[in-house]
Amino acid sequence: MSARDDVFANIRRSLGVNGKETIRKQMVADRLERSPRGVIPQRGQVSGEERLALFKTMVEVSLATVTEVASPAEVPQSIALFLRNHNLPATLRMGDDPRLGAMPWSETTLDIAHGPSEGRDLNAVSHAFGAIAESGTLAMVSGHENPSTLNFLPDNHIIVVSAKDIASDYESVWNRVRFAFGKGSMPRTVNWITGPSRSGDIEQTLLLGAHGPRRLHVVVVRE
Amino acid sequence: MTVHSTSPQFKQNAAQALNDSQLQKALGNVKQGFIDKRQMAADKLPEFEALRDSARDIKNHTLQHLDLYLESYEAKVKASGGHVHFARDAQEARDIILSICREVDAKTVTKGKSMISEEIGINHHLEENGITPVETDLGEYIIQLRNELPSHIIAPAVHLNATQVEEDFRRVHTHLDAKRDLSEPVQLLTEARAVLRERFLAADVGITGANFLVAETGTSIIVTNEGNGDLTQILPKTHIVLASIEKLVPTLEDVSQLLRVLARSATGQELSVYTTFSTGPRRSQDADGPDNYHVVILDNGRSSMLGTAFEEMLRCIRCGACMNHCPVYHAVGGHAYGWVYPGPMGAVLTPSLIGVDKAGHLPNASTFCGRCESVCPVRIPLPKLMRHWREREFERHLTPATVRSGLQLWGFFAKRPALYRTATRIAMGALALAGRQRGRFSWLPMAKGWTKYRDFPAPQGETFQQRWKRERKGQAA
Repeated sequence: MSARDDVFANIRRSLGVNGKETIRKQMVADRLERSPRGVIPQRGQVSGEERLALFKTMVEVSLATVTEVASPAEVPQSIALFLRNHNLPATLRMGDDPRLGAMPWSETTLDIAHGPSEGRDLNAVSHAFGAIAESGTLAMVSGHENPSTLNFLPDNHIIVVSAKDIASDYESVWNRVRFAFGKGSMPRTVNWITGPSRSGDIEQTLLLGAHGPRRLHVVVVRE
Repeated sequence: MTVHSTSPQFKQNAAQALNDSQLQKALGNVKQGFIDKRQMAADKLPEFEALRDSARDIKNHTLQHLDLYLESYEAKVKASGGHVHFARDAQEARDIILSICREVDAKTVTKGKSMISEEIGINHHLEENGITPVETDLGEYIIQLRNELPSHIIAPAVHLNATQVEEDFRRVHTHLDAKRDLSEPVQLLTEARAVLRERFLAADVGITGANFLVAETGTSIIVTNEGNGDLTQILPKTHIVLASIEKLVPTLEDVSQLLRVLARSATGQELSVYTTFSTGPRRSQDADGPDNYHVVILDNGRSSMLGTAFEEMLRCIRCGACMNHCPVYHAVGGHAYGWVYPGPMGAVLTPSLIGVDKAGHLPNASTFCGRCESVCPVRIPLPKLMRHWREREFERHLTPATVRSGLQLWGFFAKRPALYRTATRIAMGALALAGRQRGRFSWLPMAKGWTKYRDFPAPQGETFQQRWKRERKGQAA
């Protein structure tokens, strides 16, 4: 018997089932189909300005920084200012996200590079798929628009998110993922990011900048 | 058998640990940090207790239908272009991983933190076959340099102090300036970041564990704070996920429930920094990510726990809260447990995986204070399960003869209340009389195990039952 068959046979023997029971199969198919929500904390169940305020608070709890701009056109200047304020070089790597591509980067003196990171970039910007107010989490989706390496290799990661994409809870983001990719399908990678990289492995002392970005900065675009 | 176990020598291990001043200093960090942080996180979320119930129910439901969810998961991984391999035991898992590494002619393998990789001893196996494994979680990296096992499931190097880490870095990172300053923990972190960055970029294969596998979508999930797991899996050409059968959950909604209790119970965070959902290899529209995606699903004795009292242990999501709250763990640390999984969860799981004949001491190393159960996010009745192991150990005549005859003697009296009362009255009276001078005994017949380490306080002359009766009478009057 193959290892696979053996493992399944042992599971079924222990559970006292044969895997062909209609009721069990129906229960499993039903759960996978309906994907019922469980307990959803009240904290995130707010809307409009209140939800935006909660998101910003929770981003700061995660030790990231957050700023707001009125429109996409203001994003490049805002990022240039952030880099300047932290004495960081005026370089920026990004994928080919059309929302980022449409922004007026030429109004800044930023030196822009495109494509995935090979591990030598100081600064990168990505556009979030969505965000979660409950925990101040950014939800990133892999692809050439926003390569996953940009989320982890640069020292300073800037994430742009549209205010309308900030959801109350994780479950609402999953609904949007299903709408975009189809029920039961996922993009190659979804990254939930809640704050900058850190480690507590030396004497349980919290230190920022373990292997991923030392700084995480979020730019919320209101319109 | 998997990695070598010193669980049979728990008593010697514990005695050594208690006399190890470096270890005792480091263990102070566990007592201080984790407990308060978890409590604060739980207090901030009114639904926390309801979420624990929800987490328990999701795991129970999944375990009851594990065969079907595994089938669904497997089909989804294949549909997304990934490969699923099943391993009955550690040897099979090692062979599968080695052959995947050989297929791509791997020289170095980076590794995200995975307790199952410790369980199967993959590092040693790869080394023996000429492949260099590099642990990338800071704690795991440190203990790899020291050739040790993790002493905690989420804080593998919690038994060490910064000065010890500094010594190891100076010993191993010989290409760096010998006069460099490493007196601050952040300098150690920065050095590890730079050294490991090169290893990440050079690796041929990345091996990660999985906190969860999602049947609905064929997705594996890792949770880290450092980002090392992500660099391990997006940079090399091949990503191997090493998971065990009980990591399954049905849907993305279900895993979201579990994630709400995992980080809070582990580190007191709202959510860990990086929660990563991976489904299959790189796609045509991807700019990065691995070309090959393999999942190795390990049984190693777990399927035999289903349908038994120990099925509940398979709910465990490896948060570490039980050991963070355990007075025995606080006293002796993780290495004394002698195998991969320490603390209360290890005391229940280890006998299931390596046998109660080898690990029988572990479920006995408990005060039954119940703190582990009170903080377990999936409500595993750990003390009850430890008691089950003690019973099995007794049934299988594995307990030492003196303990057995002692228990039998006690059982004889306990079943005869009148005799028990008389005997204890005489014994307490005699002890009170004998000890009335000093108030304590430094030696007693048949109690060497106690008096070797501490004095035995002399009784006051009254038995507990007598005192109970007297005080009840006093209250009534």
